Amino acid sequence: MGQIAISLDRIGKQYKIGAAGLGYKALRDVLAGWRPHRIRRRSKQPAGSNRFWALKDVSFAVQHGEVLGVIGRNGAGKSTLLKILSRITEPTTGRAEIHGRVGSLLEVGSGFHPELSGRDNIYLNGAILGMRRAEIEHKFDAIVEFAEVGSFIDTPVKRYSSGMHMRLAFAVAAHLDPEILFIDEVLAVGDAAFQKKCLGKMGEVAKQGRTVLFVSHNLTAVATLCHKVVWLHQGQVVKHGRADEVIAKYLQPENSASGFDPSQYPDNADFRLLHANIEQGDNQIGPFLTSAPVDVRLRYAVKRMVKGLRVGIDVMTIDGVTLWRSFDDDLDPLPNTFRMPGTYEAVCRLPENLFLPRQYLISLSIGIHMVGWITFGVLQQPVDFYNVNGVNANYADENHNRSGLLMLGLDWKTVSVDQAEYSVQL
Amino acid sequence: MAWAAERGYEALATAPAPVFVIEPERGWVGLRLRELWEYRELLYFLTWREVKVRYKQTAIGAAWALIQPLFTMLVFALFFGRLAKMPSDGVPYPVFSLAGLVPWTFFANGLSQSSNSLVGNANLVSKVYFPRLSVPIAFTLSGLVDFALSFVLLMGLMLIEKVHLTVHLLWLPAFLLLAITTSLGASLWLSALNVEYRDVRYVVPFLVQFWMFATPVVYPSSLVKTEPWRSLYGLNPMTGVVEGFRWSLLGTGNPPGMMLAFSILISMLLLIGGAYYFRRMEKNFADVI
Repeated sequence: MGQIAISLDRIGKQYKIGAAGLGYKALRDVLAGWRPHRIRRRSKQPAGSNRFWALKDVSFAVQHGEVLGVIGRNGAGKSTLLKILSRITEPTTGRAEIHGRVGSLLEVGSGFHPELSGRDNIYLNGAILGMRRAEIEHKFDAIVEFAEVGSFIDTPVKRYSSGMHMRLAFAVAAHLDPEILFIDEVLAVGDAAFQKKCLGKMGEVAKQGRTVLFVSHNLTAVATLCHKVVWLHQGQVVKHGRADEVIAKYLQPENSASGFDPSQYPDNADFRLLHANIEQGDNQIGPFLTSAPVDVRLRYAVKRMVKGLRVGIDVMTIDGVTLWRSFDDDLDPLPNTFRMPGTYEAVCRLPENLFLPRQYLISLSIGIHMVGWITFGVLQQPVDFYNVNGVNANYADENHNRSGLLMLGLDWKTVSVDQAEYSVQL
Repeated sequence: MAWAAERGYEALATAPAPVFVIEPERGWVGLRLRELWEYRELLYFLTWREVKVRYKQTAIGAAWALIQPLFTMLVFALFFGRLAKMPSDGVPYPVFSLAGLVPWTFFANGLSQSSNSLVGNANLVSKVYFPRLSVPIAFTLSGLVDFALSFVLLMGLMLIEKVHLTVHLLWLPAFLLLAITTSLGASLWLSALNVEYRDVRYVVPFLVQFWMFATPVVYPSSLVKTEPWRSLYGLNPMTGVVEGFRWSLLGTGNPPGMMLAFSILISMLLLIGGAYYFRRMEKNFADVI
């Protein structure tokens, strides 16, 4: 022990903007862009403005047997880092060394084929993850037992519930015995009981003296499992050190990239904003769980009696599309009333299972009805959400690109109307 | 590595930890055939998956592997054999065309399926590391099962038409190997190109069609007599394959000679060039797929 398992030396990854969504080119684009001078200069072209660094100058080392957590907001470069280390994609600059057999659990179940049975998929996925056939045979029973799929093992995976599908996928990956394990948000799926089981399995893996790199939004899990933590922000390492120290620092409000800026708090003859904050329990900076409510808490002073004071919020997408505006007197049977001087606290609760795991903007709109705005569009805060067990949590992959602006947890009911009528006649 | 020893992985416990260096690769890179060999079980499972899944939800299953060449042969026999009176080197036209169709179908199906293999497995390519070369290789090899089935059909037809086998049959595996390398070589180029240029999937059906007419599948190569066409014709390695199949099974045409040597050369160039091109493009697959 005490040896280096992973070392990174100024790793950088540059992407062309838009490469994530529409990476492939149509031949016509290439033909249209083909001018002789471009061909000659192509290799020497400086990095233009349509490129960005997803990771830049990331250097750190991981000891053998260490469990390292990687934290940061959405888009901080965490997943890119794991993709580079697990050799899925190549860095643009820098060099990394990995000493030992690597197993990665980036997206469990990506190798599953819906038409094949659970049994077949265990073998296939095991082979994809780098297991030998003898090894898979040896662990087969343990995998089936861990996955709790029991008698469904010879049923095609497409007939599995999403929970079973995910359990089986995690079970295969969890029985991989590499010296170095990369885990990206695997625990972001499944019911609470299975998540607990996964955490337990990971704790077991960590105790066996294996090196683990664990990327997660779940700070509790990171704090429990990891010895050390690397905090990434905009592709760069902000802090690398003991887990509790880094997490404490990460949670400090000043690190919130752009909280409601107190210097912008309105203050006039009638009204003064004392404090504005967005929170989910003790978490005051986000990212927030999609599966629990989020409170917007405002404290303000009314300096003299006003008529028709309304405090409210605008919830917007990051492109600035307003999803809705809500005022404190929306449901008030007697709006437009007088408010006496004094200090008030208003809390607006944004319900759970409403936001997609992405970034939204919340801005404050405070005004006096028929008189004018006190503040409008100035106080804005980006809010990040992530999904652990909310709506659609079983489809972690789909979560990020599901169409729509919000994700409503609606109550679906399916009943069998008549089984016989349309059954296939063979 | 105590855990490894505890669990009985002797080799793992004693072997020195492998070191992987991750850094940007520039220009042409090695093929990493050694790594491909280490992942041979994955290659086996991917091939087996393709075979297993191919006819899984079809009503008549693997019978498609027989119906495809059989019906094509019947259509050819009617239009080219009966109506156009196409010469067939002295053997009945149905046997003549089926002997060409069996290797051709293997080649053409392999080409159309492997050229889409990477894009079709985008979820794997962008999520897990493994030697990417194993995907088109597995798709090409999975076609061998269909080939075997249609070969049985050909044997049956030869029995009916009383065509006797000769010692030339021993050459057949060599011609099959040539078909595999040609199909794989072209697939490597096309599958790598398809990741970046989705135009490829529209090009492939045309390519297959043109390639078939440039190959003596429906007609005997003896029809192409004049230079320079004859030499140009030799550039197509599938000519060597189809001619070879007919020679070793039916005894028509010429024994292996210069033309075959030329076919092998071209096929190897296609394969090696394709493999290097594939490896060169590989580093971008996960980013653009």
